[in-house]
Amino acid sequence: MSVVLETRALEKRFGGITATSDVSLKVETGARHALIGPNGAGKTTLINLLTGVLAPTSGTVWLDGRDITGLAAHKRVGRGMVRTFQINQLFSDLTPLQSLALSVSAQSGASAGFWKALGRAPGVAETCDTLLRQFHLEDVMHMRVKHLAYGKRRLLEIATALACKPRVLLLDEPVAGVPEGDRQEIFDIINALPGDVSILLIEHDMDLVFNFAKSVTVLVNGGVFAEGDVASIAADPRVKAVYLGEGGNAHG
Amino acid sequence: MSAALAGLKRDTRWRWWEFALFAALLLSWVVLPGRALLLNEIAILALFAISLDLVLGYAGIVSLGHAAFLGFGGYAAALFAKLVMPDPWVGLGFAVAVTALLGLLTSVLILRGSDLTRLMVTLGVASILHELANKMDWLTGGADGLQGVAMGPLITPFGRFDFDLGGRVAYGYTLFVLIVCLLLARKVVHSPFGISLQALRDNRLRASSIGLSVNLRLVAVYTLAAGIAGAAGALLAQGSGFASLDLFDFHRSADVMLVLVIGGTGYLYGGIFGAIVFKMLEDLISAWTPQYWNFWLGLFLVLLMLIGRERLLSPRSWLRRRGA
Amino acid sequence: MLTLLFDGIAYGMLLFLLAVGLAVTMGLMNFINLAHGAFAMAGGYITVLLMSRAGVPFLATLPIAFAITALAGALFERTLYRPMYAKPHLDQVLFSIGLVFMAVTAVDYLAGSQQQNVQIPAWLQGRFDLQWIGIGKYRLFIIVLCGALALTLQALLTHTRFGSQLRAAVDDSRVANGLGINVNRVFMLTFAVGSGLAGLGGALGGEVLGLDPTFPLKFMIYFLIVVSVGGTTTITGPLLAALLLGIADVMGKYYVPKLGAFIVYTVMIIILVIRPQGLFARTGSGK
Repeated sequence: MSVVLETRALEKRFGGITATSDVSLKVETGARHALIGPNGAGKTTLINLLTGVLAPTSGTVWLDGRDITGLAAHKRVGRGMVRTFQINQLFSDLTPLQSLALSVSAQSGASAGFWKALGRAPGVAETCDTLLRQFHLEDVMHMRVKHLAYGKRRLLEIATALACKPRVLLLDEPVAGVPEGDRQEIFDIINALPGDVSILLIEHDMDLVFNFAKSVTVLVNGGVFAEGDVASIAADPRVKAVYLGEGGNAHG
Repeated sequence: MSAALAGLKRDTRWRWWEFALFAALLLSWVVLPGRALLLNEIAILALFAISLDLVLGYAGIVSLGHAAFLGFGGYAAALFAKLVMPDPWVGLGFAVAVTALLGLLTSVLILRGSDLTRLMVTLGVASILHELANKMDWLTGGADGLQGVAMGPLITPFGRFDFDLGGRVAYGYTLFVLIVCLLLARKVVHSPFGISLQALRDNRLRASSIGLSVNLRLVAVYTLAAGIAGAAGALLAQGSGFASLDLFDFHRSADVMLVLVIGGTGYLYGGIFGAIVFKMLEDLISAWTPQYWNFWLGLFLVLLMLIGRERLLSPRSWLRRRGA
Repeated sequence: MLTLLFDGIAYGMLLFLLAVGLAVTMGLMNFINLAHGAFAMAGGYITVLLMSRAGVPFLATLPIAFAITALAGALFERTLYRPMYAKPHLDQVLFSIGLVFMAVTAVDYLAGSQQQNVQIPAWLQGRFDLQWIGIGKYRLFIIVLCGALALTLQALLTHTRFGSQLRAAVDDSRVANGLGINVNRVFMLTFAVGSGLAGLGGALGGEVLGLDPTFPLKFMIYFLIVVSVGGTTTITGPLLAALLLGIADVMGKYYVPKLGAFIVYTVMIIILVIRPQGLFARTGSGK
């Protein structure tokens, strides 16, 4: 199995605070890798460093064996690295249809076109159809996002990422705020993703982690605390201790 | 046909009122010859406002110095007519080109920083140009303005027309440019580029997270808007045979923002509706209190902002398809 | 040359006094208030009125100008500005532009559009002519007064309870509220003091800067330069920025009159492009 995403001694300091401490992480092709840890462990910061939203204080990020540490965030998307946000980051005055059409167009280079109307490029509309159906957004495809209910917004959040044809998908708490009954729906879609898509998942819900992930990294205070396959992490007493400090098995 | 494609096509198809608007614009030239001068002013203001709408309504950039492009285009056209050749079309083309270039050069200034920084920078650029036009009086006529600009005849497929005092030729000329720019802008805002502008206005972080280059887009729209504003300035200068420092004035930038506030931003036609209402209000109130029009303008602004732009009934809420 | 430097410093101190209120309220309320100059103008006109109609001596008009504009500031903050805090920046800008237009035309209507003459007392007129430098008495007075005020403000900010509350509210007003600080009161008092200082500046500066109804529009960009270059998180930032601006403007207008204010605007743009948060802003602040 080859390594598709890697960090080497990644470090991020904000003034006196070290948010990410000497993190060397390897994600293999086709991985189902979970990133867990108590609140404030630096999980979202790590995602921000991987995607280029934040620049590291030191250390490097590697995608497909190439150093992308200095690569602009929007260019990383073009290389196949796509993320979702823990708090929905959507285009409030666009419709789901427009948002998805734009995301799809952005991958084929059609998003710079200023003459032909949106969605006329070949393949765009069909991909939108598929995504709208998959994420149950057909009935609201023409509603402005700011009018959508939270559940639909969360679905759109993930659909937007999938519209970008990710090869490496970074999911930041994809079911945050979603009622219990709907969580499985989202995870079914994630589970159904092709085997060659590598997934890094931040999640608090341990049931979901243990159902979905094959390997786990535990992050505490910005540094890697433990790493390994899901079974050994589940049994690791040190990991349990870290979470017991938070009041028992963490749920949601 | 896929549901998505149908939906996307529905977004861009021509609405009945768009046809009506274009028809009304064309008719106004025929039906209201006596009001050509006023209509010309309205149309030029509308064009200027549409250019600001691209920057403000679609890309979300608050600019306090859009008059920089109005003035630059105006002086460029006037100087071209005076020093090179008096043909209006070529002069217009020249003015649009150089003003777009100015937009391109200054666009790098608005890429970084907060709203305040951008306000400052845009204001600064307009002020600099004002100062330059003032001080370079050997070229621009300084505080007296650039006088004696004699325009040549307008050569059209319908014949040669000299600019008349009644303004009918000027208005026809302006209408043509306005309609062409409107059609052009309409194409652009419905394109992937246009939608991506709205995306980066709504959520810059997410826009770059789906792979859009924010900076390139801002530069592009700013350049385009500058060109259109330059056209408006050129039309003003060519129509009146005169270019003055007033074109760079702060109140021009403020007025055009108010036009968009009245007409609504982000749907392209707000500039037209806003310009009509604004000019009519100005005409009305100036007739009543000529010196203190600005007071009532100020009061209107204050009240409008306190009440809230969204809470007022704006034309777009009648015309736009509401979310289901 | 030294005389020019001296004049520039005086001009800068005056600009500081005028703009410091704007800097603090902008940092505090995150509100872009273009109408700040109107308070300065009010202060100037109050002084002129008191001196010409009521025969009040110049120095006595200064605290009165401060008090009246401070009161007006408090009133406006409570009634007009407060509903605007949550609104988008564009609305705030247009709102304050509306206020400026109203103020400018109202003053024009009431007092006419001519330049107002501020008669400074005889003992402040004239200058000390030393070997290399001519020290105008009035400008010296301005420097001393503004310097003292700057020191007082800095002391207020760092050594009083109100100062700590203000700094907390600037850093994060929601958290400050949660800590029990009456943020509304802090806003109102700060706005009042800031407007009062502007009024004082208008009164003081009438002789140096000129006073007519277009004052708020003419000097708006200078105030904004001080705030954007100096940052909104300290007192010393705007002070340094104002001094720089004053010196640059005076020297520029003397040595290169053809270019006039062009240099100032260009330098400002360059600074803002390189450091959008301002030259002297404390890093780490969210704004």
